[in-house]
Order: sequence, then C-alpha cells, then structure tokens
Amino acid sequence: MGSEINRRDAIKRAVAIGVVAVPSASLLSACASSGGGSDKPKADPTGAKTANNPLGVKKGTPLEAFIFKGGFGDSYVKAAETVYNSEYGIKVKHTGTQGLGPKLQPRFASNTPPDIMDNSGADNLDTAALAKESKLQDLTPLLDAPTIDDPSKKVRDVLIAGTVEQGQFGTQAMYAFNYAFTVYGGWYSNKLFQDKGWEYPQTFDQALALGAKAKKENISLFTYPGKYPYYVHFDLLAQIGKIGGKDVLNAIDDLEDGAWQVDAVKQVIGYYEEVAAKKYFMPGSEGMTHIQMQTAWTKGKAAIVADGSWVENEAAPTMPKDFDLAVGALVGSGTSDKLPFGTVYAAAGEPYIVAANGKNPVGGMELLRIMISKKQTDNFTNTTKSLTCITGASEGLTLTPGLASASKALTAAGPNVLNSRLQDWYVKLNQETLGNLTLQLLTGKIDAKKWIEGAQKAADATKADSSVPKFKHV
Amino acid sequence: MRHGKYRFIIGFLAIPVALYAVLVISPFVQDFQISLTDWSGLTPEKHYIGLDNYQKIIHNNLFWKALWHNVLMLLIVPIVTLALGLFFAFMLNVGGRRRKGSASVVGVRGAGFYKIVYFFPQVLSVTVIAVLWEQIYNPDPDNGLLNSLLGDVGLTSLQQSWLGDPNIALACIMAVMVWANVGFYVVLFSAGMASIPGEIYEAALLDGANRYVTFFRVTLPLLRDTVATGWVYMGIIAMDGFAFVQLMSVNNGGPSETTDVVPLLLYKTAFRDNSQYGMAAAMGVAMLIVTLLFAVLTLRLNRRERIEF
Repeated sequence: MGSEINRRDAIKRAVAIGVVAVPSASLLSACASSGGGSDKPKADPTGAKTANNPLGVKKGTPLEAFIFKGGFGDSYVKAAETVYNSEYGIKVKHTGTQGLGPKLQPRFASNTPPDIMDNSGADNLDTAALAKESKLQDLTPLLDAPTIDDPSKKVRDVLIAGTVEQGQFGTQAMYAFNYAFTVYGGWYSNKLFQDKGWEYPQTFDQALALGAKAKKENISLFTYPGKYPYYVHFDLLAQIGKIGGKDVLNAIDDLEDGAWQVDAVKQVIGYYEEVAAKKYFMPGSEGMTHIQMQTAWTKGKAAIVADGSWVENEAAPTMPKDFDLAVGALVGSGTSDKLPFGTVYAAAGEPYIVAANGKNPVGGMELLRIMISKKQTDNFTNTTKSLTCITGASEGLTLTPGLASASKALTAAGPNVLNSRLQDWYVKLNQETLGNLTLQLLTGKIDAKKWIEGAQKAADATKADSSVPKFKHV
Repeated sequence: MRHGKYRFIIGFLAIPVALYAVLVISPFVQDFQISLTDWSGLTPEKHYIGLDNYQKIIHNNLFWKALWHNVLMLLIVPIVTLALGLFFAFMLNVGGRRRKGSASVVGVRGAGFYKIVYFFPQVLSVTVIAVLWEQIYNPDPDNGLLNSLLGDVGLTSLQQSWLGDPNIALACIMAVMVWANVGFYVVLFSAGMASIPGEIYEAALLDGANRYVTFFRVTLPLLRDTVATGWVYMGIIAMDGFAFVQLMSVNNGGPSETTDVVPLLLYKTAFRDNSQYGMAAAMGVAMLIVTLLFAVLTLRLNRRERIEF
C-alpha cells in the first residue's frame, strides 16, 4: 500500500478511468455506426398474386416481427403469425419487447430493419422522422387489398373512420396502421357513483360541485400519474376542441401562431387551475406512476382518471370484480360549447409499421391483413378487452363493462369524435415541455396564464426549430 | 534474454491493446466524427456541419441544467457514499469495544452479518433497485412504504410526494445511488483496513487513543490510497446517474427538469427528440471532457508522500 502515486499507478488508473469513461461517451457510436451499405430498397421477393394471396407474398420468404409488449401483450400477434406460418410455409421470427427505439435504430441505420413492427410504448421509434426519411412502407396496397372475410370488401372499407388519417404524416401516404381503437375520457367506477348517488358531470361547474361532495367523503375528484403527466392531456386537449371546435384543435396541431391564446384554451386551463386550487386532485399524484395511480383509483381514493380504454386491461390486477368500469364523455363549459356533451376523444392506436427496406415488406402487410380478419380481431378484443380499428368487430362478442361503456360512448358520439395529433407529431412538445407545464399547473406552482404563455412559447420554439419535421392537417 | 523479454511482453499485450483500441478507442473517435454531422441515426447518409452541434449545446439551457445536476451528484454522492462506507467499515473492523480474551482490535458485535447485509444492494441490478425504490417512494400514504412508515410513527407531516416534488426529487434519487453503492465500499475499505498491521492500533490504544482519534489519525491516513481509488470510481458513477434518473424520475428528468442529467439528455436527444444523433454525440464528447477533467483533478490532488509500513 502506498499513498504516493507513482507513474505506473497513474497509468494504471488512467487506463481504468478510460475503460469506464470512454465507453459512456462512445456508446452511441458503438451501437449506431456498425452498419452502412446502400439506401436502395432491396428487390421485393414478390410471388404471384392470387385471390387468396392478393398482395403476392412469395412462399418461404422469411418474415421478422418486432412487437411492443405493453398493456396488450403480444400473444394476439403470435396467434396471427400462426396463420401466416401455415399459409406461407415459414416460421415468423418474433420478438416481443418494450424498448423498440434503442434496439431498432441501429438496424434502420444499417438498412437491415425487421419487416413489421408494433411501434408503441415510451421507447418507440420516431415514426414521424422515419416517415420523413422514407424508411417506411406506404401501406396503400394493403388498404386496397380485399379482406379475408369478405373479398368483395377492401381493407379500407372496414376501417373505423379516422384510422387512415391517424397513419398519415402530412401526405396521402399511410405509414402507420393503428390496430387498436382507443376511447379516451374520464374513467370511473359506476358502482362507486351509484353507491354515493353521484352523477357523471357534464360541465366544469358540475365537476367542481362533485369535487366538493367527494372531498367530504374523503375521496379526491381526480388523480393523474405525475410520472407521465401527458395523461392529463388526453382530456385537456380534447376539451379545448369540444369548447372551441375542431378548428381550434387543428390550429394547435399545426403550430399556428397564437393557437394557444384563444378563449377555449383559457376556459379549459382555468378550470384545471381551479381544480388544483380547491385541492380536488389526489395528494401525491405528482409522484406516481400510471400503475400506482390506477391502484389508488381502483381502491376508491379518487373518483375519476383521464385514461384510455386500455386501462381496463392494465388495471385488471387491482380492480375489484364489482367495480363496474365506465367511461364518461368530455366535460366542457356548458351549452355554449361548439360540440355537445357526448363528444369523445377517440383515436386509432398501437401503430404497426412496415419497413420499406426490409426483406419482406409484402409479408409484413399480409400479416396485418390476417390480423384484421374476424377471427383475429375477436381474439384481440376477448383477450385484451379493447376495440380494434375494424368497424363492427366487437359485434357478437360479450363485452366487459368498460369496453361496453366505451363502445356505447363512441356510438353515442356519432360524428363528434375529436383527435389531437400533437402526441404523435410533436412527441417532445406534448410529453415533455407541455407535460412539465401541466405538472406545475396541477400542483399549483403556476397559474393558467403562465401555462398558456409557456405553451405558446414552446409551440413557437418547436415551429422555429429546423430539426423538428413539421406536419399539417390535410 | 533481454530482447526476448520485450517480444514476450509485446506478445501478451498486443491482443488486449488491440481489443481496447477497436472496442473502446475507435468508437470514441467515431463519436467525435458523428458529433460533427447532422446524422439522424436512421439513414446511412450524414452531412458534415462543422461545430454547429457544439454551438447548439452551448446555447441550450437544458444542457447546462443537466450538467449542473451531474456536478451536484459529483460533489455530493461520492462524499456521502465514501464517508458512510468508511464509517461502517471502521465500525465493522475496528470500532468494537474491547472484550476480554479477544484480540485488541475487533469490530462491533455481528460485524460479519452486517457486512453481508450491506453488500445486498450490490447483488441487485440497477433496474431492480430503481423499481424497488420507486415503490418505496410511492406517495400514497397506504401503499408507499416510506410514507406509510412515517404515518405509522405519527410523522404524517413529513409525508412527501418524494419523486414528484421539484425541491427534493434530485436528493431522493441521490439517496438511492448512495444506498446502492455503500455496500461495495464497506467491503473495499474492510479489505484495506485488514491490511493495516494490528500493532499500529495496539500502540495507539496503549497511548490512550479513543475510537475517533484512531480513525482520523491512524485508519484514514493509511487508507488514503484506497479512498482515492474509490473516489474516482464513485465520481464516474455519479457523472452517469442515467439509469436511476431514467427509471425513477417523473416525466423523464422531471418534475420540470429538476433531475435531468447529461446522459439522460443525450439518450433523449438520440432516441426520442427527432433522432438527433449528431447532437447527442456532441453531448457525449462534452461528457467525456468533464469526466476526464474530474479524473485528472482527483489524481493531482492526491499526490502526496507515501507512507511505508
């Protein structure tokens, strides 16, 4: 043992430091630039097109699938792959994962991407950036292909309205096939509401009145996951659209100047400021994950959460059998709103993408065609308690309470369905910048005026940033 | 033989040095190269844009905020970890009361057991530790371990939304980093203390030195070298902090970016915010410079007369 560092020790240590320090800096390049090669699409291994094989998949061509394994799991895809396997005489190479982005980015960079991906989850690939770099297969051939159940109908004829638009990124090409259909809204326990004699609120005033009633019973009106504050935006953004109309919401998506400084925004943000000031949000929500939030909610500590219809599957482990899950339509300021009560925020989700430079893009599309057959959509709805993007796919099934409620709300809404694109066009703006502002608003650290100022500033900054691809409603 | 000796050494060194050059040095060189481009990481094409990325970083408030959090971690986490590690190791090895019929220098009762317990976190992966603590920090007064413990002992006023409060979120994460690493240093320092001759302690005891004097006058100076090594390693762990912050913090470095660190910002820039690989690579270079600066400074400050024993 010695205290003086002699030359040898110093070198030894410097090397030791290098061993630890250099990789942390060079990790990126190590995993990123391993590939290379040309950007030209490989020759499609296309087979003969027949009635049973309208896209022309060549038998025996390998297919690789990378599937997000989140709230829905990935067994429903495996079920469809079994059909594909027997049809085309191969075994689909399947990977279920929660972090697609870091795993697949290097493969896109080296032009060896998997054929089909369910690009969902927090660590997903940037679909917008991929679409802009024309790395994704335009799925129009799939839309124009006949369906398996009824060859007289094309795939595009059986999709719920809005599904095609949801997969577009500023042009007519459809790059993402959003398989699930999510109904957003205020989710609550019908049992709790009936036991207490409450009614689901239709206006901000009614919601605040309910908050006061609930507080007397030691129940908070709302809770939210502070770890992912953009959950609140599911309601917040759509409420802006309900009060001000679709144009106001589209202007926000299009990053128009002053889009956040309109009256509809002021009313909605002012409402959240008031809920925060009256302390109707469950204390501690700001430090919770979505699972912790859902657990507190299923235990009856809070009345309503803003969530998507996947919540029924995700919260199932802690949800009491007699919870009687239901979803309420968007709460607004009243009869002066542009859209009536009953308006819902619903959108196709779970985006499937097919790589343009993959080995078997046709096979990727064919797997999607199999997935939307009645047999596969029934399997999806039965096992995940969620709707698919196929019209009438839930017909003839016994629906769980939450799913039945979502289905009913969607039917009742008719044409009054809103969809904000902010969350898939400008991920950072919605999740991080606005998410941070929202978290401060809900904890009472800033007021509505500050939130709106901050949101406008952030939208302007995004608009001015040349490294962010821009999209507009077509 | 002399000639053969060098050939022998070179023969042995060639493979590891080559591996090091290919796996460690060359990616770093590539990293620097990428930092000069506008590469998105999604295509093989990239264009050289000079030092634009560095200029953008310099004007990026978020980067400086994240770097400041790294510096805070660098100042606090190693000091606390090493101080606790030294204290525990001292108590386990030297700090016990003299018992009749035993050696003069002993640890507290049950030292062997404690040593194993302290080492537990070292066996767990960082992910497990972060998820575990996320549950402990759960603000729900019934489901969160920490808050329900505080409630049970009547300290409801101390219940916090630990990771959701911008004032304490970073401290909460640093506490977990300390918790995760202390065990390793207890074992490391124990090994160091075991190699200090018992006669020195006996002499000190005969001169009437108490535990505090023994620690500061005998143990610490003789352990200086081990502490310095631990300091460098701990510093590098603190410079990172990525996994803990990414897994535990709310809104990825929040609330309101109060826990963001450079490696997390780098990760977000590369994999999320429109895939800006070039910019992320530039952040990587900046990180390397700071880490090297830290290492050089530490080694400089530690230059001292060596103590022979």
